[in-house]
Amino acid sequence: MIAAAPWRWARANLFNGPLNAVLTLFLGYLIVVLLPGLVDWTLIKASLTAPDDRACAAAGGACWAFIADWFRFLLFGRYPYAEQWRPAIVIAVFIALLLASWNRRLPGGWLAAIWIAGLALSGLLMWGGVLGMPYVETELWNGVPLTLILAAGGIGFGYPLALLTALGRRSSMPAVRTLSVIYIEVARGVPFIAWLFLSLIVLPLFLPPGVTVPKLWRAEIAFALFIAAYLAEVVRGGLQAIPRGQYEAAASLGLGYWRQMRLVVLPQALAITIPAQVNTFIGAFKDTTLISIIGLFDPLLDTNTALNDPAWRMAYAEGYIFVAAIYFVFCYFMSLYSRRLEKTLSRERR
Amino acid sequence: MTTRAEGAPGRVAPWNDERMRSVVFQLAAVALVFALFVYLAGNAVDNLRRQGIAAGFGFLEREASFAISPTLIPYSPADSYARALSAGLLNTLLVASLGIVFATLLGFLVGIARLSGNWLVSRLSLAYVEIIRNTPLLLQIYLWWDVLRLGAPQPGAAWQPLPHVFISNRGVVFPAPVYDPLYLWMLVAAAIGGIAAFMLRRQARARQARTGRMLPAGWLGLALVVLPPVAVFFAGGAPYLLDLPRVTRFDFSGGQSITPEFAALLFALVAYTAAFIGEIVRGGILAVGRGQSEAALALGLTRGQLLRLVVLPQAIRVIVPPMTSEYLNLTKNSSLAVGIGFFDLFSVGSTVVNQTGQVIEVMSILIATYLTLSLVTSLLMNLYNRATALVER
Repeated sequence: MIAAAPWRWARANLFNGPLNAVLTLFLGYLIVVLLPGLVDWTLIKASLTAPDDRACAAAGGACWAFIADWFRFLLFGRYPYAEQWRPAIVIAVFIALLLASWNRRLPGGWLAAIWIAGLALSGLLMWGGVLGMPYVETELWNGVPLTLILAAGGIGFGYPLALLTALGRRSSMPAVRTLSVIYIEVARGVPFIAWLFLSLIVLPLFLPPGVTVPKLWRAEIAFALFIAAYLAEVVRGGLQAIPRGQYEAAASLGLGYWRQMRLVVLPQALAITIPAQVNTFIGAFKDTTLISIIGLFDPLLDTNTALNDPAWRMAYAEGYIFVAAIYFVFCYFMSLYSRRLEKTLSRERR
Repeated sequence: MTTRAEGAPGRVAPWNDERMRSVVFQLAAVALVFALFVYLAGNAVDNLRRQGIAAGFGFLEREASFAISPTLIPYSPADSYARALSAGLLNTLLVASLGIVFATLLGFLVGIARLSGNWLVSRLSLAYVEIIRNTPLLLQIYLWWDVLRLGAPQPGAAWQPLPHVFISNRGVVFPAPVYDPLYLWMLVAAAIGGIAAFMLRRQARARQARTGRMLPAGWLGLALVVLPPVAVFFAGGAPYLLDLPRVTRFDFSGGQSITPEFAALLFALVAYTAAFIGEIVRGGILAVGRGQSEAALALGLTRGQLLRLVVLPQAIRVIVPPMTSEYLNLTKNSSLAVGIGFFDLFSVGSTVVNQTGQVIEVMSILIATYLTLSLVTSLLMNLYNRATALVER
């Protein structure tokens, strides 16, 4: 009876109906044909050590030797070689922060506190200049830490602005409403690369002579302004989902506008939109790659730079797969979090 | 003294009066934004004067002197900046419209595959969606670009995924239809057939309402649209339809060819957006309650009728609004072309900025154009949404 279970499962899930049987056979055939070659390429015939891409090609498999040769540059870019333990700790700090956020029983205040502490520690490690750590300018903050700092900073600075403009868009004051609508729609209507271009190339024009802002912070400003517009729309969705009675009850308790929002409306609106907010964060995390176009050394520009090495020009697939895996781990973690939360929320609401 | 009725509102201090506070607050907000603008614009005017760049749109008439390929309109480096920007805009529109069509088709396929009863199909679709959605689009564009530029063989040994379709490191070449005056007549025949099919459908509806009997109006209508142009085609002597590409020693001749940059950008945009559309389609179909399907089946509808008459019309209402924003995202994401040197609107714009230094003018043109594209797309989709939306009382 037990031996029959896989057979029964296959009948119910793979061969239920003629169309599905044909599909299963076709896909099964494809897998049987392609899988051995794929395993050969990634593992069996792959080279872990090789002088260049031609040696890998001779072995007939993936060229992981490129990653082995360049992985510190892919992860940390031009950060001083002897000091690269510092950005390595920063990556570990961020992973710890994300894992800590997974625990939903942690009160929001504590969560905010450990994030601020973690960011401060990261800044200290990256900059140095104290405790015997040599000072490193922001121009050399490259690779994965750059992505993490840009994303976290963009979200951190963008969030308050998102709350303000989301409330502004729902405000009864026409001037405030118009300003918020113009900001949100213009920011969302134009590609992010255009805003990056503006902040890196055009922004210096708008500053008084002599005032210069490092590239990293200019990118961070563009990023925060951009994320804020998308987050504002997410928050607005939450605000609209709060029944009128909640606003009226808060008002009849004698609360003023700001206290109505802070104590009654926003906590509910933010809680129900957390999954959508996390999706916005995932988009923002992926969008950090656009700074590579403007010449900031994020993992993607690190990869392109490393691939310019004539010895490894043909190892492009391996390079991009390695970097894609880094992004995948972070994004997939966030999407798992958002999905788990969605399930709990829909259970709570029922 | 006591003429005022009891309970009438007393005088409120101006700083406690709600209307007064609202006016003051709004004036302050507007003044703040205005002051910021004046400050920034003042700095910009000073800086530009110092760099000796004349403000204004006069530069648009000057010679562009850089090459753009491919273009939809005739363009040479001797043409003006204005013409270069129009060529870029047309390239953006081409990528975006092709991308939207293919991404919608692939997206529906992915979404339906996710809901398939076949375990293998739904798992493969899930893996596709997760991998694509959790990695950056720009990285995918670079990967496909390198696969075409460096991984694909020379034209002589080109991959041939379909007969007469060649993929090589020069890009993709495929058969192109050759224009023949007969095609115009085929179009006319199809239009006449379409009108006839529309009238047939109305007749069939009326008949069904009257007698309860159904005509196979769908199949008849399809035949009315397809058969007349086919008849015209053969009556006209069946002119040869396609210009087939041929392999010469180092390249191809004939057919329609697209560059590796265009192919990589379009492929990456379609694959990326389709993963998002797939999830939207899946959500839309799941949003139609089980009771709807059960009720339809209880009424005796067939599986096909159930999908066509009950599930899809309701799912479409849920699907259309998020689909609009995916279309807008695809259009905006096409600006990543600048990373691989495909001349879309944004790449042309940034080249013009590098050559002329007219940052503010060019950026205003770009921003205004992208905003217009966004507005037009959402307007069209809103019209469609209104046509399909639930009509309540």
